[in-house]
Amino acid sequence: MSEAHHPAAAPPRAVPPAPDGDWPIATLTLRVNGQAHRLAMDTRTTLLDALRDHLGLTGAKPGCNQGACGACTVLIDGKRMNACLTLAVATQGQEITTIEGLAEGEALHPMQQAFIDHDAFQCGYCTPGQIISAVACIREGHAGSAEEIREFMSGNLCRCGAYPNIVKAVQDVAAKGGA
Amino acid sequence: MNVTTHPSEGIGASVRRREDLRFLSGRGQYTDDLNRPGQLHAWILRSPYAHARIDGIDTAAAAAMPGVQAVYTAADIEAAGLGGIPCGWQVTGKGGQVMAEPMHPVLASGKVRHVGDPVAVVVAETRNQARDAAEAIAVSYTPLPALSTMAAALAPGAPLLHDDAPGNVCFDWEIGDAAATDAAFATAHKVVRFETTNNRLVPNAMEPRAAIGDYDPHSGEHTLYTTSQNPHVIRLLMGAFVLKVPEHRLRVVAPDVGGGFGSKIYHYAEEAIVTWSAAQLKRPVKWTCERSEAFLSDAHGRDHVTTAELALDREGKFLGLRVSTLANMGAYLSTFAPAVPTYLSATLLAGVYTTPAIHGQVKAVFTSTVPVDAYRGAGRPETTYLLERLVDVAAREMGMDRIEIRRKNFIRPDQFPYQTPVALQYDSGDYEATLREALRGADYAGFEARRAEAKARGRLRGIGVSTYLEACGIAPSKLVGQLGARAGLYEVANIRVHPTGSVSVFTGTHSHGQGHETTFAQLVSEQLGVPLSQVEIVHGDTGKIPFGMGTYGSRSLAVGGSAMVKAMDKIIAKGRKIAAHLLEASVEDIEFSNGQFRVAGTDRAKAFAEISMAAYVPHNYPIEEIEPGLEETAFYDPKNFTYPGGCHICEVEIDPETGEVAVVAFTACDDVGRVINPMIVEGQIQGGLAQGIGQALIENTVYDAEGQLLSASFNDYAMPRATQIPSFGVSTSTTLCTHNPLGVKGCGEVGAIGSPPAVINAVVDALRDYGVTHVEMPATPLKIWSIIHAKDGAALPAAAE
Repeated sequence: MSEAHHPAAAPPRAVPPAPDGDWPIATLTLRVNGQAHRLAMDTRTTLLDALRDHLGLTGAKPGCNQGACGACTVLIDGKRMNACLTLAVATQGQEITTIEGLAEGEALHPMQQAFIDHDAFQCGYCTPGQIISAVACIREGHAGSAEEIREFMSGNLCRCGAYPNIVKAVQDVAAKGGA
Repeated sequence: MNVTTHPSEGIGASVRRREDLRFLSGRGQYTDDLNRPGQLHAWILRSPYAHARIDGIDTAAAAAMPGVQAVYTAADIEAAGLGGIPCGWQVTGKGGQVMAEPMHPVLASGKVRHVGDPVAVVVAETRNQARDAAEAIAVSYTPLPALSTMAAALAPGAPLLHDDAPGNVCFDWEIGDAAATDAAFATAHKVVRFETTNNRLVPNAMEPRAAIGDYDPHSGEHTLYTTSQNPHVIRLLMGAFVLKVPEHRLRVVAPDVGGGFGSKIYHYAEEAIVTWSAAQLKRPVKWTCERSEAFLSDAHGRDHVTTAELALDREGKFLGLRVSTLANMGAYLSTFAPAVPTYLSATLLAGVYTTPAIHGQVKAVFTSTVPVDAYRGAGRPETTYLLERLVDVAAREMGMDRIEIRRKNFIRPDQFPYQTPVALQYDSGDYEATLREALRGADYAGFEARRAEAKARGRLRGIGVSTYLEACGIAPSKLVGQLGARAGLYEVANIRVHPTGSVSVFTGTHSHGQGHETTFAQLVSEQLGVPLSQVEIVHGDTGKIPFGMGTYGSRSLAVGGSAMVKAMDKIIAKGRKIAAHLLEASVEDIEFSNGQFRVAGTDRAKAFAEISMAAYVPHNYPIEEIEPGLEETAFYDPKNFTYPGGCHICEVEIDPETGEVAVVAFTACDDVGRVINPMIVEGQIQGGLAQGIGQALIENTVYDAEGQLLSASFNDYAMPRATQIPSFGVSTSTTLCTHNPLGVKGCGEVGAIGSPPAVINAVVDALRDYGVTHVEMPATPLKIWSIIHAKDGAALPAAAE
């Protein structure tokens, strides 16, 4: 910790990208929870921001912006994806399912019910991502044992530490015939 | 497990949580889910240097960028007369020397002191515009030597981080009787020495911090929506000390909050920035933290370096304990930081043992790192880890059994109330009971057979035990005031009974995963005899709740619940007067139970809802004697800390090929006092265990010598995932708290406090054939592999001599 420092000169600042308020705007159609939405947005917009900021669907959560926590998990054509790493423009023509589209009217999806039955969450922030991921985990055929569920749910962080109960919820739904 | 029977929805019932539906369906309302009309977005430019002089900031290019409404630096903050971020606790050290308390500016002024220190703020129409513009701010820095570690900060001739903190020391503090401890050591049969570093952690609630400032120019009212565990505390700290806005003009709302674990107790600069800039710009301003930014700006936890010596007699009785700790404060004092290593940690040095003489010293040090403050357990995990590792080391050196040495030194149930040599008076507990139950649950007696079976499979199996207590339910205001707290630590409940008998409960505590909306409703339902569905719990809004100190330190039920009991007592007392009038009986003859006010010994009664209706429609009412209405407020100031405790037993298996440690069984028996909702208590304990296992095995915060945070993402900082956390055997064994009306102690932190030493004791036990006496946390695969494969025994990370 005592190596010499050279306090004389700061390294030169990288020149920032040219100020550009005219970033290309894309007009696109997103199919979310069975509904088509015609939207215009900055091409840099992630699917997560499109859902939250353009469609007001705030169930998918920003947790790390790096695809490392799973709080933003949604289904794209049935596959679980990190919405924070997916550009909205890349999902045109695909069917997106978010937590808001999981229940059938007033009836909870079996996974939502299992999360209640097994007390599988506390603060609720990671929960939409956990539930979406759990549904896909079963559909993928990765819910054969507790160990397998742990492995295939390990992309979804829960800082409240509800993992044992999440595993039980997934096992329960899988045992009752899947998601 | 409980002192009452188990009605379907009252005290003792595992009622499913009422918060569930909105969280499960994506309808929770967390701060970043909220948007205000006309809202602007803030982006914070942060220091890339650990320690540097700011020679100049050129914001002209940024200010001219598209959508930019304002760019602020320290000059603007200072010109506006804003104060610094206050610290809530003043520790007085040896010789009456009060702690050094350097200015903590909202935006770095003159110098930056850690990577991530906020330097400038851009407010723009969109988040991307603000972020793009922040890149166009040119800051000239002259780097200064980083003080990445406490050793660097304390080195002779080290540069000062703050001119008014000589030697980079915040305070040098002591507790206990040094002379008595020296005398105890002089008579010792054996002295056991142990050194350890309690690894620095990042709380990492899944919800990143966020804040929205709003301002109504017509009323002059400021509103802050924020990710906080204690909105009234934020209103007080930010309003009184930073913005200088009186309470009636400042509303703080903490809506659904996605986990806190301590990190959302503190008042952060960004809250002041959005609130102030919203008033400047007359438009709402929103800021949401990114994860990498959170690593650089959320208060970290732990980071204590400790040396301890334990004096024992020939039979293994503890005679004296001497502990010296260096506690990292980081670059600035966060809200509770000075209290963590002192009054929340060193006061626990007796643990569950009768050690008669103890002397503890804590030197708190400023370093060029993110501020360090309370994280789940706050000081108590550090002391518990120290003691429970030390006891294992002592057992080994004494040639004693690890359980036997603990039993020999336990405080017995007949010794309560028990005065420790380090200020606390424990009210209740039964450490033998929780130990016995955990040993049974873990099949401790059968361990050696499991170890042999694992060995046959090529695995190293170990078992570790921790018997601990903690102090929570903070805390008596008079006591904490004497210790340096700058606030009272009571709690407030306002209970409004509506005319038809439904009930709204306004609590100063805050729920961010604890399930208060359910537990508190169960409590009120049972006490007032009102169906659960008729009880509403309201929290998190200074505009609705009279006052409160918030949720941390496992205090919500012990202190906040007690305030509810007190308010309900007032409601019932008034109800009895109304009932006496209606039933033409004397007040003394009116009994209240199961929602009925009854003339004792008769079947003449009035239902709770009849009384509430009479209170609001006072046609036939003792109007000369009492006011209409049925609403009461109570402040409850605790009489003592509460002292949960118990026993945690961990069993691990190590793969010698990879060094990976797997927790294969974990048994916890905790005494958390009376249990209102066993399901929620079990969830809280499991969650604490997960964080404790994370600390013990994988989590670590790493700075390089230049003060750069190397572990600043979820790819670099290992968080416990489903694969690492086993199923737990969790149970409770109850002694009641003697000094609060519910007999509750608190359950939020016990898991994180008791578990790390159980895990490491198990790891060391698994490696017993390798001559290992200690492994520092986290016990990563690399560390374990290196131990197993070290050819040179001297390279082993042995701790005790």
